Parts: sequence; C-alpha cells; structure tokens
Amino acid sequence: MRSNKIILSFVSALVILFSTSVASFAKVVGDKIILGAAISLTGKYSSNGVHTQNGYNMAVDRINSMGGVKVGGKTYKFDIIYYDDESNPKRAAQLAERLISQDGVEFMLGPYSSGLTKAIAPVTEKYGVPMVEANGASRSLFTKGYKYLFAVLAPANLYLDVAIDLAVEKNNGKPVTVAMAFEQDAFSQDVRLGVLDAIKRTGSKKVIDDKLPKELNDMAATLVKVKQMKPDVLVVSGHTKGALTAIRQIAEMKVDVPMLAMTHCDAAKLSKQHGKNSQYALCASQWHKTLTYKDNFFKDGMTYAADFEKEFGYDPPYQSAESSAALLVFKDAFERANSFDQKKVRDALAATNMQTFYGNIKFAPGGQNVDKPMVLFQVMCDDSGKCENKVVAPTKWASAKLIHPVPKWSER
Amino acid sequence: MDFMVFQYPMITVQACLDGILLGILFALIAYGMALQWGVMNIINIAQGDLVILGGYIAYFMYLYGIHPAWGVIVAPVIMYFLGVLIYKLVINKVVDRDLFISILATFGISILFMQLMNFAFGADVVLANSDYGTTMLFNNNVVLPNSKLFSAFISILFAICLVIYMKKSKLGRAIRATAQNARAAKILGVDTEKVYAATFGINAALCGVAGALISITFTIHPYMGLPYTIRSFMIVIVAGLGNLPGVAMSGMGLGVFEEFADYILGTEFRIGSVFLLLVLILVYRRFKLSRKREYLK
Repeated sequence: MRSNKIILSFVSALVILFSTSVASFAKVVGDKIILGAAISLTGKYSSNGVHTQNGYNMAVDRINSMGGVKVGGKTYKFDIIYYDDESNPKRAAQLAERLISQDGVEFMLGPYSSGLTKAIAPVTEKYGVPMVEANGASRSLFTKGYKYLFAVLAPANLYLDVAIDLAVEKNNGKPVTVAMAFEQDAFSQDVRLGVLDAIKRTGSKKVIDDKLPKELNDMAATLVKVKQMKPDVLVVSGHTKGALTAIRQIAEMKVDVPMLAMTHCDAAKLSKQHGKNSQYALCASQWHKTLTYKDNFFKDGMTYAADFEKEFGYDPPYQSAESSAALLVFKDAFERANSFDQKKVRDALAATNMQTFYGNIKFAPGGQNVDKPMVLFQVMCDDSGKCENKVVAPTKWASAKLIHPVPKWSER
Repeated sequence: MDFMVFQYPMITVQACLDGILLGILFALIAYGMALQWGVMNIINIAQGDLVILGGYIAYFMYLYGIHPAWGVIVAPVIMYFLGVLIYKLVINKVVDRDLFISILATFGISILFMQLMNFAFGADVVLANSDYGTTMLFNNNVVLPNSKLFSAFISILFAICLVIYMKKSKLGRAIRATAQNARAAKILGVDTEKVYAATFGINAALCGVAGALISITFTIHPYMGLPYTIRSFMIVIVAGLGNLPGVAMSGMGLGVFEEFADYILGTEFRIGSVFLLLVLILVYRRFKLSRKREYLK
C-alpha cells in the first residue's frame, strides 16, 4: 500500500513538472506568437467585450494573411488565447496570473474597460509582461509609473474637454456656464476631471455638478435643475445607460440647452434607439470611420468599416477599431525589436511612432497615446428621419459644420 | 446638500408629482410581493428580475414594430405561465420550509434569470419608445412625460381589477382563505397547491405589467432588477401584508422620498437612501416589536 502511494505521488509530481515545463515554452510555438487576453464575454460588459474580441480577431487574420510578423528572418503568425473574465476585475486578475504563469504567455492584450485593465496591470507589471491595451482610458492607469503598459487610445480626461473649448469658441471666446452629470466610476470621473480642467482653463463656471449612480435609469432631477439654471453646455457621461436615459428624458421634458455633449453614443446606438430625438447631440469618440488616417493592412477607416461589416455583420464601433490597432502596434514592435525578449519588445513598444487606420500612435512615458486627438461627432438627421454621426471637431477632420446652438424643442 | 428643491415652488411640485407617479408603479410591484408573501410566506428575491423580464417582452414587441404599450397585455399573460412554471419547478419544494430556504431559492432564481437574460438579450441597455409626448403644467414650469402618466394609470387599473378579482371570484376567495389559514382552507376543500401556483403566477404577471411600463418609461438592463426587489420589499414591510391602501400609500411615499433625496443629497445617493431607509425601518420595527413582545408574522 505504502509503496503504491509513493509511486503514485512520484508519477503525479513528474506529470506536473512535465506539464509546466512544456507550458513555459508556449509564448512562441513553432511559427506562432501566442498572445493572451482576458475578455468580458459574459457579464455586464459582454457586448463591448465582444466588440473588443472581434477587433482583435480581425487584425490577427489580416496580419497573418498578409505575411505575418518577421522576426530574425523568420515569419511568425499571431494567435490569441482568450479567457472569459465575466466582467469581474478579480477574475480578470486571476486569469492574467494564469495566462502568464500556467500558459506561459509572454505578451498580453488588454481586456475591456478601465476597471478591468486596472486589475490586470499590476500582474503584467509584476512579471514584466508587455501589455498593449485598447480599452482602458482611465487617467489613473498612466500615473502609476507602469513600465509595461501601453494604451493605443487617448486618456479619459481628453474625452469631453474639446466640447468646452468648442462652446467657448462659439461664445466668441467668452466663458460659458456648464452643467455636469457624471456616473461614479473610474472612467466617467476621469472625464469629469478633464472637463473641470477645461472649465478652469477657459474661466468658465460650473453650475451643476451631479453624480449619477450605477443603477441609473432616471435623471429627471438633474434635468429639472438644468431647466432652472439654463447652462450653456450640458455634459453627460454615464456609459450607455447615461446616454440613453439623457436623450429620452431631455426629449420628454423638453429641456432646451444650447450644447449637449456625451460619451458612449456609439455603443448606445443612440440614433437607432432614439431617432430624431437624439439629433444635435455631440459625442466624444476615439475614432470615426471617416477619419483619413492610413496604414498598409486596413488601408483606411472606410475600408476597415466595410471589411468589418462584411465579416461580423455590423458597423464597427470605436472599441473594435482600437482593438485592431493594438495588434498592429505589437507587430510593428516585434519587427523593430527583432527579438522575443520581453525587455527588448517593451523598449520597442515605448519607441513606437506610427500611423494606423485608427490614428497616430506614440506613447508618453506613462503609456498613454499622446499623438491621437479625440473627435467629436454630432448626430444629424435628414427630413426622412435617417440619422448619421458626422464629425464636427477638430476642424481638421470635420465632415460637417457644427449646428449651434441646438434649436429649441418648440421650434423642432 | 442642495436645498434648491425648496427654493423654487415649481421644483417642489415637480418632485412631488414625479415621486407619486413613480411610487404608483413601485406599489404595483410591491402588491404582487405582498400577495405571495401573505399567501405562501415566501419573500421573492427574484421579483425585480421578473420585472426586467416583463420589460424585455415589451421591448421585443417594440423591436418587431408593435407598439410597446401592448406589452402591458402580452407581458402579464406570458409571465403568468412562467410564474406557474417556476412554482412547479422550484417554489413548491420550498413553500412549506423555513423562510430562509425560500430566500435562498429565489436568490438562486434571481441569479439564474440575470445571467440567462444577459445571455439571451445581451448586456446592452435598451428601452422601448412610446412617443407619447409630454404634458406641460403651470405655464410650462412643470413637465410630465405622458409615458409616466400612462404607467401610473395602467398600474392603478391593474390594481383595481386585482382587488375586485380577489373579492369576487372563486379563486380570489380561495387565495384569501389560504392566506388566512392554509390548513383550514385545505380541510375545507381548497386545493392549496393550485392556489399557490396561481398566486405565484399572478405575482409574475403583475411584474410583467410593471416591467413593460418600465421599458416605456425608463430603461432596462439584465442586471437592473435588484433595486426593484428592494423597493417592493421595503414598501411591503412598511405597509404590512394584505393591506392594499397601505401598499399604495407607502409606494407613493417611497417615490416622493426618493425624488427629494435625489434633489437634496444628489442623484448618487438616490438608491443609497432607499437602502438606508430600509435599515432604519427594520430597526424601528424590531424596536417596536420587542416592546410589544409580539412576533412578526
């Protein structure tokens, strides 16, 4: 009996040893570069999680079919190991740990949302695993001194400060009054900080500063205050539900405000859900398909949008576009590093300076992309009720002229 | 702290009206909960999730071009049968057990429903547009979306129908008899098993109506059920079981309380203030009970 037990434990120890030693070679197997990603495929972020995954997959297929990655004279192909983090930060951190220490992944792609990226970043940092992320915009990600975190998107504080500048410009350079309603989560609060900076910079005044709860589905109280105070600009950021609730109740309560600026209109499919009621809303976006950035893989935004639609059956939201861009950044960095050494790849990533269909990419020491401005689009509808998002700022990319002030409800 | 709500009388009126309209809707959900709590001694944690599911029914009708207001007729029918099904599958196994067991069971159903809805309908926030327009009062100073007026009207209508049904119909009498004393009712020939199933079905149907109204007035999302469960739980413990005017009053009271908390403390404390109120009421009731030396039935 006793000897049986000893043999059994010996064999199992061997099996464990063997399996881990195989796994630790998993980063580059044969001609495959294996990247790891924990993504929200279920739970409250699942729709944007799927957009992210589609963006990653689209870029992997494209790069692989167009010759792959050339390192040390050999051609490699990308492959991604996905795990479902269930939209749960704790789970995401566990999965990052598992990807790195069990599956032996040496390069990571980011999850969806700032919160989950925040949970994963300390893990990748601990193991010195370079991570290119495309969906965590919170400013706090870039002030921690992380060395292995790179974000292809503009940080959250830049989302809506453009809107304040625009309002001041339309007011002949004079300060404006601003009403703010922001959800209490890392991302929206960062957007708020950016708006506060802009208010200070332009000498403007905030008249309402409401915080919205996570379970938000009624913001009537805020809107009654807006009616009373008559601000020049109303800024709302509360993910999809904030955008949808704001538009519904602004229309129902006939709130007249010269400028309405929001985030997450794309994800909310604003004009699809609300039709003409969403007209004139200004939306901050990381990307829009009409921007004229170019690269060799996806050509430009319009081509990317058409290809994406053909493959997945819907118009790509910016979450997909930025995720695709993350792979382009990795490919570029591998080729410049000409090695799979994590440190060398990290240094190559830090020195990135390239243009993709999604925008220019150049990382600040904190890891955020400093070379790509946010764009603002405005929902514009024609008489038949068909609505479209048209870029109105910055002027360089504008495809339509900003309609300002928003016509009063009594005149619509 | 912001006392703007008291500085302008029109805002005070607006807050009260918003609160009352909202409260009537809450009262409808709470009435369903009070009914099954009274009859079966079950606290249904999945109440809010049934509401959201009802909302999705109206939403899908809207997607297929049917006006979502018809949801208030279709949703309760579908939800009634779903309620009976849930009863047959789960609730009848826990109905005679400890209250704690039923809370656990319905908590499980709640999680299951959330995940299933998320799986089936996606995690997007959705809504159904009624295009009902807006009513302006007091020289346009008070605005009432017609969708809110519609919800309140339908809620009252359903509540009245239900009260009449409970008083007049055979099943209604059987339900009331079972609530008073299940054993005696059984001895006198009431099929309590059928009564329980019907009660759970009626509760689910009420949730269906409320859900359809919420999708017209607000937004729905697979994970938004819990606040509705908490609200109805609170309304019921304030009003007591089997006390419909009490449920209506405490529902409206809660609605107004929420609106004022929203104005004074800020929107971020809206749901928080409801939870706080719940704790305060429970502590107060416990205090009162210990003085009277009674047991909460």
